[in-house]
Amino acid sequence: MSVLINVAGLALMALIVWWFWLSSKGRPAKRAEGGGAIDIVVDDGVYEPSVIETNAGDTLTLRFERRDASPCAEQVIFHKLDVSETLPVGEKTTVTLTPETPGTYRFTCQMQMYQGTLIVH
Amino acid sequence: MSRQTLPIQGASCQHCVKTIHKALEPLNGVSAVNVDLQNQTVTVDGDADRGALRAALVEAGYAADEDDDPGPAAPADDDPARYTTATGDAPAKKAAPAEPPRELSLAVTGAHCASCVRTIESALEGVPGVDTASMNLANHTARVSGSAQPDDLVRAVQNAGYDATPVRDPARAEDDREEQEHQLYRKLVRQTSVALAVGLPIMLWGWFGGTMTVEAGGASQWGWGAVSVITFLILALPGRHFFVGAWKAFRHHNANMDTLIAVGTGAAWGYSTLVVIAPNLLPEMARHVYFEASPMIIGLVNLGLALELRARGKTGAAVKRLLNLGAKTARRLDDDGEHDVPVEDIRVDDRLRVRPGETIAVDGEVLEGDSEVDESMLTGEPMPVVKSEGDTVAAGTLNGSGTLVYRATRVGTDTALARIIDLVKKAQGAKPPIGRLADTVASVFVPTILLIAVATALLWYNFGPQPVAAYMVVASVTVLIIACPCALGLATPMSVMVAVGKAAESGILIRQDAALQTAAELDTVVLDKTGTITEGRPSVTRVIAAPDQDEETVLRLAASLEAGSEHPLARAILDAAEERGLKTAPVSDFRALNGKGVSARQDDALLRLGNRRWLEQEGIRLGLEDEARQLSDEAATPLFLTRDDTVIGVLGVADRIKTDAAEAIARLRDRDVRVVMITGDIQATADAIAKQAGVDEVLAEVLPEDKAREVEKLQKEGRKVAMVGDGINDAPALAQADVGFAIGTGTDVAIESASITLMSGSLHGVADAMAISRATLRNIKQNLFGAFVYNSLGVPVAAGLLYPFTGWLLSPVIAGAAMSLSSVTVVSNANRLRFFKPRGHHGPRAKTGDRS
Repeated sequence: MSVLINVAGLALMALIVWWFWLSSKGRPAKRAEGGGAIDIVVDDGVYEPSVIETNAGDTLTLRFERRDASPCAEQVIFHKLDVSETLPVGEKTTVTLTPETPGTYRFTCQMQMYQGTLIVH
Repeated sequence: MSRQTLPIQGASCQHCVKTIHKALEPLNGVSAVNVDLQNQTVTVDGDADRGALRAALVEAGYAADEDDDPGPAAPADDDPARYTTATGDAPAKKAAPAEPPRELSLAVTGAHCASCVRTIESALEGVPGVDTASMNLANHTARVSGSAQPDDLVRAVQNAGYDATPVRDPARAEDDREEQEHQLYRKLVRQTSVALAVGLPIMLWGWFGGTMTVEAGGASQWGWGAVSVITFLILALPGRHFFVGAWKAFRHHNANMDTLIAVGTGAAWGYSTLVVIAPNLLPEMARHVYFEASPMIIGLVNLGLALELRARGKTGAAVKRLLNLGAKTARRLDDDGEHDVPVEDIRVDDRLRVRPGETIAVDGEVLEGDSEVDESMLTGEPMPVVKSEGDTVAAGTLNGSGTLVYRATRVGTDTALARIIDLVKKAQGAKPPIGRLADTVASVFVPTILLIAVATALLWYNFGPQPVAAYMVVASVTVLIIACPCALGLATPMSVMVAVGKAAESGILIRQDAALQTAAELDTVVLDKTGTITEGRPSVTRVIAAPDQDEETVLRLAASLEAGSEHPLARAILDAAEERGLKTAPVSDFRALNGKGVSARQDDALLRLGNRRWLEQEGIRLGLEDEARQLSDEAATPLFLTRDDTVIGVLGVADRIKTDAAEAIARLRDRDVRVVMITGDIQATADAIAKQAGVDEVLAEVLPEDKAREVEKLQKEGRKVAMVGDGINDAPALAQADVGFAIGTGTDVAIESASITLMSGSLHGVADAMAISRATLRNIKQNLFGAFVYNSLGVPVAAGLLYPFTGWLLSPVIAGAAMSLSSVTVVSNANRLRFFKPRGHHGPRAKTGDRS
């Protein structure tokens, strides 16, 4: 019994590590195509979709629709890209950016509870 | 069997579709429901009563106004016309609109002809909820009043073949935001009271000796069963948002604060409920219930969120203050008289009148009138500025006792005020490097806490005393609840937000992320001379007459000579003459020789005013040499006035130092900042200015393009260098410096050119910016320190680290309270910055902070 519980606990820890850190493949990614805008819903602590892919040098248009009135969601910040925007509740706010360098950029709210990833190829 | 179509509004997702289905399907006579999100209509098959259908839509919150008759004006090719083609004897009863009527502006593109106007207006009027729509072709703006959603309006315009984007009035957006936050606040307070109303009695029951254990088959099992159901309702209703957020994040492989609260409260409730349902599964000692924990935690965390929301509202005060500066209307001078028009309708080149005490509506250039204008709200400069013909005025500034007529030069989002607001809002989201560590920690924080919680449970299981099951639950739930990612995430952004707003109030615009932090570390300030230490324009410092002449004659003649000239020196001389009330006399044969001087004839005499070299070339024997040398020593340029071939006077013209320059430089030096002046002037002039300004290090005769190299040289010595310049000529040096300060006079500055812009011309801004930066950095450090210490002490204690030594184990309820408090503390501490005064109590600028 005690072995079983310990094994279950360790398995749970492994599962946490795997789910939150290792298995990012499972996240639905949205690829920007030909200048079209991508709509991102900001609600319940999640950007949806939360993984955006684009090509370096392309201009990316993201339309954030904030439904969550909690102040945490108020801003979206693209780290390392020097872009931040205030999102009014119940509206679509357009963020335009042209990442030049390929890489993975995080975009989050001020408190980093909302998390998204921008992958630039 | 018939089919009817009803307009709807506000339906934007599959969830809405489901709600509408649910609302309509139960009605009598409805056989099928079909929602068309694209066109915002719902089609109902069957012979249901239209009134009942509408009532159900109103109930569900998606009803749209239904016009009885779309009218012939609606063009047939317009999609939006479909909204109004509903037939049948629908009662004209208006559905309650989802929102109160309001005005919206749309920027419309693609409309070029007068007939487009009608098409667009009809398209807009066809949208449910629109009362009136009017399109102005001149400024490509459509104004719509009613309760329609901006998205629907945009779609209607697009369907008509044009494109549109909603134009938001930032002041109203701010009001909306406040209203929404207020609603959220009330909701959180409501949720808090419900949760605490359930949690407190259970907790008190336990405290005052009530039994918290369950006996199999006894009455206590039934009693606690009922409590289990009630607390479940608390989790499901006031605590719902934690669980929804946690689940959504989980699906995205993310974890956030909601995850911690949801797992923590869920585990406490789940264990207690297991005890109630199957007490026999657990040893007798472990049959303890923790039903007070979930409602108490949910109540306390909601309370914390509510308090945080309150405190946060204040951090945006600076932007709100700027937004409120804007005028709502302006008085336009039209061909047929004067009209008060909304400020949005003002176009470039409109002529506007501003009366005493009114706010100037847009940026412009004064055409007539004289007045003093208070620009302190933009520049932080408390002294009103005199404005007369040709001067520029800025939106948001306050007219004094005169009346001005001015021509609009920049309107809407182009005004200095609008750009400042935009800049401040952007800068408030900035991330100084000091926050990076917290960012990194925050991004892995929650999963790490989950791991610690599981590890804690295992440790208690293997090494803890009996009853292990109870200890496992209490310790790991406490770990989950006490951990506060918010405090960590909030530490930097809250302080930055307050500080950037604070700086804007003093006329300091911080544009670059890193500048806010670097400004605190500066130890060297390089000041450009012209326009930075000095006024940036020449003025007459002294008039010296030849022994047989008097000063007034000399000045009057000089002014007469220069009356036709556009040169800055001419301006200086004319101003000086005007100051002494001297009238100029007409001259003939005026000639200006670039870089040399001017000559003209008056009463048959040839007058010349120019520099030494030119007059010597002309073969004139100079006099007044000693006086001229004295002027040079004072950093003034001597200009010789000659009549025919005789020198009759010398005028000293110099770029005077700003009145408060010396004081501001002294402030910097008090802070042990090395102050260096850089200029293209010759050494002697530079030294003279440096002496007056109190600078002892001078780099003179530096070519503009070499200024950046001089800055670099200082950096190579290991100095943190600020460059202060006018933002246009000094751009490379500003860019090279660790922090570039662009100094402006009034509101007409290139605010994009430097990392920090000083709106007033005063050098005090440099010291102020450094003071604010230092205070902000200190505040951020306090916040980060607090957040790190809180978490790194709180989590181990919650896990039971102290238990083996002292027997202490935290209660999950205490953890909930601590967690709420910690983020409120961070926000409150950041708010303290609002009361920071960069110049202590003696600064004249303190007064502008009181303006609301």
